[in-house]
Amino acid sequence: MSNSPTTLFDKVWDSHVVRKIEDGPDVFFIDRHFIHEVTSPVAFLGLEQRGIGVMYPERTFATADHNTPTINQHLPVDDPLSANQLQQLATNSAKYGISHWGLGDPKNGIVHVVGPENGITLPGFTIVCGDSHTSTHGAFGAIAFGIGTSEVEMVLSSQCIMQPKPKKMRINVNGQLGKGVTPKDVALYIISKLSTSGATGYFVEYAGDVFENMTMEGRMTVCNLSIEMGARGGMIAPDQTTFDYIQGRPLAPKGADWDTQLAYWKTLKTDAGASFDEEINFKASDIEPMITYGTNPGMGMGISKHIPKASEVEGGVATYEKSLDYMGFAENDSMIGKKVDYVFIGSCTNGRIEDFRAFASIVKGHKKADHVTAWVVPGSHIVEAQIKEEGILDILTEAGFVLRQPGCSACLAMNDDKIPAGKYAVSTSNRNFEGRQGPGSRTLLASPLVAAAAAITGVVTDPREFL
Amino acid sequence: MAYDSFSVLKSSAVPMPIENVDTDQIIPARFLKATERKGFGDNLFRDWRYDKNDQPKQDFVLNNPTYSGKILVGGKNFGSGSSREHAAWAIYDYGFRCVVSSFFADIFRGNAINVGILPVQVSPEFLHEIFTAIEKDPKTELVVDLQAQTITIVATGASESFAINGYKKHNLLNGFDDIDYLQAMKSEIADFASKR
Repeated sequence: MSNSPTTLFDKVWDSHVVRKIEDGPDVFFIDRHFIHEVTSPVAFLGLEQRGIGVMYPERTFATADHNTPTINQHLPVDDPLSANQLQQLATNSAKYGISHWGLGDPKNGIVHVVGPENGITLPGFTIVCGDSHTSTHGAFGAIAFGIGTSEVEMVLSSQCIMQPKPKKMRINVNGQLGKGVTPKDVALYIISKLSTSGATGYFVEYAGDVFENMTMEGRMTVCNLSIEMGARGGMIAPDQTTFDYIQGRPLAPKGADWDTQLAYWKTLKTDAGASFDEEINFKASDIEPMITYGTNPGMGMGISKHIPKASEVEGGVATYEKSLDYMGFAENDSMIGKKVDYVFIGSCTNGRIEDFRAFASIVKGHKKADHVTAWVVPGSHIVEAQIKEEGILDILTEAGFVLRQPGCSACLAMNDDKIPAGKYAVSTSNRNFEGRQGPGSRTLLASPLVAAAAAITGVVTDPREFL
Repeated sequence: MAYDSFSVLKSSAVPMPIENVDTDQIIPARFLKATERKGFGDNLFRDWRYDKNDQPKQDFVLNNPTYSGKILVGGKNFGSGSSREHAAWAIYDYGFRCVVSSFFADIFRGNAINVGILPVQVSPEFLHEIFTAIEKDPKTELVVDLQAQTITIVATGASESFAINGYKKHNLLNGFDDIDYLQAMKSEIADFASKR
């Protein structure tokens, strides 16, 4: 049956199965493994307790990001627990011969930003990391997903995990995106339609001209958010945009190797007539700039809309009311004009150069609202350097913003970048869960354009007013 | 070597009829800074369980002495969000050995099994029956039988079967884990890797 039409997902998955266990998972080979300081220490401890080593250290890459401060990175880290985790990552990496980009290293940054920008992430690869937003790497036509620490230990010790094959879903978005509608809005729109569990059990392929016309940064934003609708991951077939992005990156294939790999990458697409367990279509013209109003990423809507009534949404009324109560919002409220205390641009979702270009396009010539605290955090040192080279830093400075140093920062608030209890943050990150950005914090997820408009007006504002 | 084996669990249960319980609620990020798997139970549901002065919130179910047991019963889409295995560690360390819901997030489900917690997915109707039974009698017991793949409400006799693949079932019944399995097939993996 080698000639039967096959999906991109099947092509990559099936070529990585070492062994199929009857009535069990596949033993699944992993090409690239990323680790960071938070979800790896217990895995290394496990290796030591079992007396086993790392099978292929050259396939694992370590970067410090979750816990790192975003100011004064040249100084010792204040928090002793964070400092200990960072130290452990360095020690464990050195012990097993794993490449490590620690704090201060010019290649350091958020794992899902530095992997692609250094050419570690390639089409057709299987990629895992103890972080659910590993789905980001699917933008390159890789199968990439988050794993738990037990699985980190599996990959370190055997380069495999035990994984049942997910079902397949294709999400097609076709048409022309409107003014001010970014990849983040496309993703938040899809999640709002599917809910946070709508794609659980599936691996998603994004298809249609909206994704074909997206930059790699945009595709990464979309794939990054796949987990927020419950999907293990999402992927987009590699094309010339992908190949152009990869070529010349430090660890990308070169010379004859490049030609061989490229020929393979060009086969990585879903054949006409291949079937999916589920196929969903959306129209680009239905999508407007999005914002969330509740406590999960599925609770989002077009920025001009009003908060739905409990009776209009799926799920329990009690859960919905608890969520609005936490946010301090009411059914039928408009989001436009709501006061904003904090703005955060950054994270593995929107911490790439294109995101800062978008942010700067709106704040240029304006001033940050006095009452807004803004945290502008690049995804990596490479992004930071680009911000400076392209003159974006000058625009930001002129408008009253300060550029911080790279890391996950306020996305999950493991470092000092915490939104205070009760305060509202427009955030370009990925989760608006209760307390995600600090105990009691209230998060409104949105695009860099919406974040920029909020930062200069101090209230939720339709960014199209500035375009 | 990773955990105790699991066969039959008979216990009262703690009800949490909330949907989309995400792993940030189960264990907030600021408590992920340990480098050993110890003490996570103290911070299970930290921000639902304690106020900002670290005083127990009396209206939260874990602070209500009426409810106890080794089974946690949650609403739909339990364990969504972050892949942090710390969430499963916290649930285990607190003393739960089984989580029942009508729907689990993928990564959490895998993490739970990998640390020795049995995730039992039941129909929305049966979940409702369980919540009703606990509401009627907080001490009501559930029996989770892994070998038979059934969950039963003792007081009413109502029972439902649940799915688990044969490989994972065998592991849980015997306390085996995936790493043992993978270590035993390393030459096959090396062979596979050499051809890539």
